[in-house]
Amino acid sequence: MEFSEQFPIVVQALNVGFLQTLKLFFVTLLGAIPLGLIISFGSMSRFKPLSFITKIIVWIIRGTPLMIQLLIVYFMPGLMGNNIWGGGESGRFLAASVAFIFNYACYFSEIYRGGIQGVPAGQEEAGLVLGMTKTQIFFKVKLLQMIKRIVPPMSNEIITLVKDTSLSRIIALQEVIWAGQSFMKGNMGIAGVIWPLFFTAVYYLIFNGILTVLLGRLEKKLEYFR
Amino acid sequence: MAILEVQHVSKSFGNTEVLKDISFSLEKGKVLSLIGSSGSGKTTLLRCLNFLERPDGGVIRVNGEMLFDAADPATMQEGEIRRKRLHFGLVFQSFNLFPQYTALQNVMLAKELLAKEKPDYKSKKKEIHAQIEAEAKNFLDQMGLSDRMDNYPHQLSGGQCQRVAIARALALKPDILCFDEPTSALDPELTGEVLKVIKGLADQETTMIIVTHEMAFARDVSSQVIFMDGGCIMEQGTPEEVFEHPKEERTKQFLSRFTNQ
Repeated sequence: MEFSEQFPIVVQALNVGFLQTLKLFFVTLLGAIPLGLIISFGSMSRFKPLSFITKIIVWIIRGTPLMIQLLIVYFMPGLMGNNIWGGGESGRFLAASVAFIFNYACYFSEIYRGGIQGVPAGQEEAGLVLGMTKTQIFFKVKLLQMIKRIVPPMSNEIITLVKDTSLSRIIALQEVIWAGQSFMKGNMGIAGVIWPLFFTAVYYLIFNGILTVLLGRLEKKLEYFR
Repeated sequence: MAILEVQHVSKSFGNTEVLKDISFSLEKGKVLSLIGSSGSGKTTLLRCLNFLERPDGGVIRVNGEMLFDAADPATMQEGEIRRKRLHFGLVFQSFNLFPQYTALQNVMLAKELLAKEKPDYKSKKKEIHAQIEAEAKNFLDQMGLSDRMDNYPHQLSGGQCQRVAIARALALKPDILCFDEPTSALDPELTGEVLKVIKGLADQETTMIIVTHEMAFARDVSSQVIFMDGGCIMEQGTPEEVFEHPKEERTKQFLSRFTNQ
């Protein structure tokens, strides 16, 4: 088959794969952004056992490869006699989401912690003397200052996440890399070609380009105060 | 009757006693200056009054109401402390303005949050908001900042920031306004403009407690002066008594450093 004939077929398959990539990306963000906040509160807690346990969890998750975590999350329940994920693509997606959310929440929590602790103590004191509650101080005073501080490191993590989704290939999640690879073994009448796999890079590149512009805009938007 | 009564207040950080048996009272409309070298406990005393620190012992009364009694845990309930804090305002050395809000928003924020808690807020939202805004503008006017209301803190000079901070504290109409070295972070040129507005407040009989190293200002503005040293009140009296005829050797020694300059 000519390249010009292959191209539309490959692109269509890669599009389907990339949709799964995007799904995993957004689900991870949606889960990890709030979960990270909870973990960061845990690690900053004045209740020592809680902060200790949280720090241990963060250490384990950040200290081991995400790929291994994916394998453990996906295969462990089955090995223990209760395959909660089921066999299909939706099961693999669920398992991948859980692994990704936990992994990224731990990284986010450390970024949040830096952001929260970077807000000067005087801000909280000023709020307190003005009769504000701690909750009001967090949401009305500290949150935006914290967001401003964390946007650059978060942008980094978010861009890394786009590429990390490819690790879910290890549990055969049918994302864009899987789709690209399928044309090596043979798929839709095309076999033994490797360029579709290389071509997946373009998808990541374009999507990360869009994200870079959007996150840059957010950073710019927060420049109105110092 | 005194608006503020402080009796036998003490406070330690670990093994360091920073306040030892502090007692004084302040009449309504008067200005009290706290002077003394760094580390003498002046700032800690202000922070205790504003419930940023909890004294280990002693009693604090405002308008006869028991605000704090170290012997009575009921006076330390979290929810109550929030209400009690509003008897006091505090202006910080480092301003602590909220950077993401304009000068006007800084002054309005706390008041609006308090208004939202009132039961009739929803029905009269617009009126309440308009009233808070008008009042805030008034306070900023009074601070000479009418043309700076929509500026963010980073666009203002240190002196302007401190005046916004004063307006912000005034907006909640505290019984007693406290200043923690309000001009220490400012260069001499900007110090003057801040001292001027504080003097203006004194002339309007605002009850104030001022921690300061500006001796000439303290003598000029206050009706009562307390000299602190090593966590104790060494000497207190009228500015005349403390500055002109100090009784304690330590006071003389401290003041000589300023008069000799």
